[in-house]
Amino acid sequence: MASLLSVRDLKIEATAYPPGEPPKDITIVDGISFDVEKGKVLGLIGESGAGKSTIGLSALAYGRGGVRITGGEVRLNGEDLLKKGPRGIRQVRGAKVCYVAQSAAAAFNPAHKLGRQIVESAVSHGIMSKREAEDRARYLFKVLGLPDPDRFGQRYPHQVSGGQLQRAMTAMALCSNPELIVFDEPTTALDVTTQIDVLAAIKAAIEETGTAALYITHDLAVVAQISDHIMVLRHGKMVEYGPVEQIIEAPEEEYTRALVNVRRERKEEARDQEGAVLKIENVDAGYGEGAQVLFDVSMHLPRGQTLAVVGESGSGKSTTARVVTGLLPAKAGRVLFKGEALPAALKDRSRDQLRQIQMIYQIADTAMNPRHTVREIIGRPLTFYFGLRGRKKTDRIKQLLEQIEMGAGFIDRYPAELSGGQKQRVAIARALAAEPEVILCDEPTSALDPLVADGILNLLTRLQAETQVSYLFITHDIATVRAIADSIAVMHRGRVVRFGPKSQVLAPPFDDYTDLLLKSVPEMQVGWLENVLKTRRMESAGH
Amino acid sequence: MGGPLLTMIVQRIALGVLLLFAVSLLIFAGTEILPGDVAQAILGQTATPEAIANIREQLGLDRPAPMRYLEWLGGAVQGDFGVSYSNRQEIATQIAGRLGNTLFLAAAAAAIAVPLAIILGILSVRYRNTFFDRIISIVTLTTISLPEFFSGYILMFVFAVSLQWFPSSATVYDSMTLLERLWAIALPVMTLVLVVVGHMMRMTRAAILNVLSSPYVETAELKGLSQSRIIWRHALPNAVAPIINVVALNLAYLVVGVVVIEVIFVYPGMGQYMVDHVSKRDVPVVQACGLIFASVYIILNTIADVASVLANPRLRHPR
Repeated sequence: MASLLSVRDLKIEATAYPPGEPPKDITIVDGISFDVEKGKVLGLIGESGAGKSTIGLSALAYGRGGVRITGGEVRLNGEDLLKKGPRGIRQVRGAKVCYVAQSAAAAFNPAHKLGRQIVESAVSHGIMSKREAEDRARYLFKVLGLPDPDRFGQRYPHQVSGGQLQRAMTAMALCSNPELIVFDEPTTALDVTTQIDVLAAIKAAIEETGTAALYITHDLAVVAQISDHIMVLRHGKMVEYGPVEQIIEAPEEEYTRALVNVRRERKEEARDQEGAVLKIENVDAGYGEGAQVLFDVSMHLPRGQTLAVVGESGSGKSTTARVVTGLLPAKAGRVLFKGEALPAALKDRSRDQLRQIQMIYQIADTAMNPRHTVREIIGRPLTFYFGLRGRKKTDRIKQLLEQIEMGAGFIDRYPAELSGGQKQRVAIARALAAEPEVILCDEPTSALDPLVADGILNLLTRLQAETQVSYLFITHDIATVRAIADSIAVMHRGRVVRFGPKSQVLAPPFDDYTDLLLKSVPEMQVGWLENVLKTRRMESAGH
Repeated sequence: MGGPLLTMIVQRIALGVLLLFAVSLLIFAGTEILPGDVAQAILGQTATPEAIANIREQLGLDRPAPMRYLEWLGGAVQGDFGVSYSNRQEIATQIAGRLGNTLFLAAAAAAIAVPLAIILGILSVRYRNTFFDRIISIVTLTTISLPEFFSGYILMFVFAVSLQWFPSSATVYDSMTLLERLWAIALPVMTLVLVVVGHMMRMTRAAILNVLSSPYVETAELKGLSQSRIIWRHALPNAVAPIINVVALNLAYLVVGVVVIEVIFVYPGMGQYMVDHVSKRDVPVVQACGLIFASVYIILNTIADVASVLANPRLRHPR
């Protein structure tokens, strides 16, 4: 049987402009071949830079930025898209092949109502009349579980939530009844409890309409729920390609095995969790005159241990960290460090109090001055807190670089010359340089690829064992929590809904929110999504 | 229309009014510290000190400045700008006709320049980096760079002297019909259009190009829409705010900056009137003109502010 989409020997290049050197062509994707049958889903998986999005967009004969498709074939129903002219390609885009972007919030035009944008391609390609398209959009809103399907299209993009926008984007792709949809990380930017709904909606819609799909993601557990086949990519080349069961249950390549095994527990929780180096007592906080964000938040962190603060965006995790640092003075309650109350505001704290609490951020890129070298970045706290200069300072910087497993060779590099994982390591070294008792880690691994994130978590665990530093670790990722936490605080809408040792928090009986949160985390297992949805249906039928 | 939007608009307008008061104070203070003396100017170098003191008393110049400011402002708010020192006539009635002429000239220039600039801007985006785009870019850069008195005289030389298509003097009378008036002001209008169109066109181009690199334009592209539709439907609505701002700035320039043009083409407008009276040290006239120019400037910019607030769907349709 002829495939719907058949890609052969795809080669994609871009022009790089290294400073001070002549421009050169670099190969982004090389020798990729695959087929997608009608109504089937192929998952493309890999780290950032693996070329997944670039390959996905080639199904629409589109190169983002200066990217060019320079070789191979992209056949849709036997016709090579790369041989078509601009007009021919336009007739395919939005009609036969549609695209769902990672950030629907950015991909919708803020100036038009959702409905108008959703029916646009169907109407402008002459596939259906405006009325037919609007009827279909309403039907799709219903299938995708959007609220008030009859009036949903009347809203502007900024008037609906992120999860709803992502589903609206799926509706937009499905509206013109295409043969193939390219999903480019459609759930990556969402909270896990939202992700599961969107995932279920996408799966239902694909089954309902019989559309084929390319599903791009870096999360193997997600792609396992939705795909028939999986292709593992690395550095623009294929690593492994096979049916989903084989890839998940019997991966052949070592790289695939590493991806499958990435979410493993690595730490026994500490037995004694009585004493506390950091204690947060009944804290209320809010921004300016606005609504209160934190309500009566209490938790404590024993020395040399890790307290994971878990919750979705808007739950108050980062605000809690801001209260601890003093960036946002609490309105009520207090923060105790080694039994002594810290002044609420940053400006009232002594230099030594500042030194004791350091931070690591989610995006290391924006947390470092791009015009400073690694030497200046790590050296600054050494001078500021300990007055180190000259030879002594350089020695200490080198020692810290050894500690983060990078070595003295990196000392004169700029952040732009480091990879994402290396930048985060330098950020960790900068925090360690102050020799703090507590490091607040604000989602330090969530912007990183799984294997790189894994390396960072290992490093943090090792440093803790060596230096007895304590972590307040903010994250939305339960797998990370399982891996590194001693104790856990679950936050929801500004309140701590559950707090205690890891073994207690993650064991039943659960409160409703923790239950929902835990059940929403995709597991590396085919059929997991169906099981969860089935349980949910049974539960709601039972009620 | 929600509450926050209304508050925002009211705030902008209030800010405009406040600014106007500040400007009135500046104008008054500025003319006050201007060197030279009206009485001296009226009577000439040979005047006796007694005669000068006499005139000063007559004009009320011997009273303290704050009092004169308040009187002047109180009158100006009601449309009474006092009496000209030099010809003893009501300034308000003199200005009325001239302001009308200036606004007429500016409106005629704007009616051509604004649509032309926006259409050229859109076209140069549609055909960006082509020969057409480069030509427009070079031509508009040239017209911006030329000072208006220079391009004004060039146009006069070509169209009035050599070809004799249009009159070189743009003098208009009350008895003229609209068509005759338009005929008379053809050359100053052309000059003004040349001066402002380049700036507006280039800003329009830049604003749309800026929007064209956003993800929602990629979405439009991946829907298989045509270039023209992408620019009109998806880019332009999001580039409106910066375009409105540059248009307002240029409209204000058309009213305020025509001084030179009016002098070149002997056009009986505000600019010429003001220049005449500066040389006569006729302070009340200069103050009145200054205040009117400032008002036009501030009003146009306030309108632009309000319009760009209204152009933002997030503010127009709150959650």
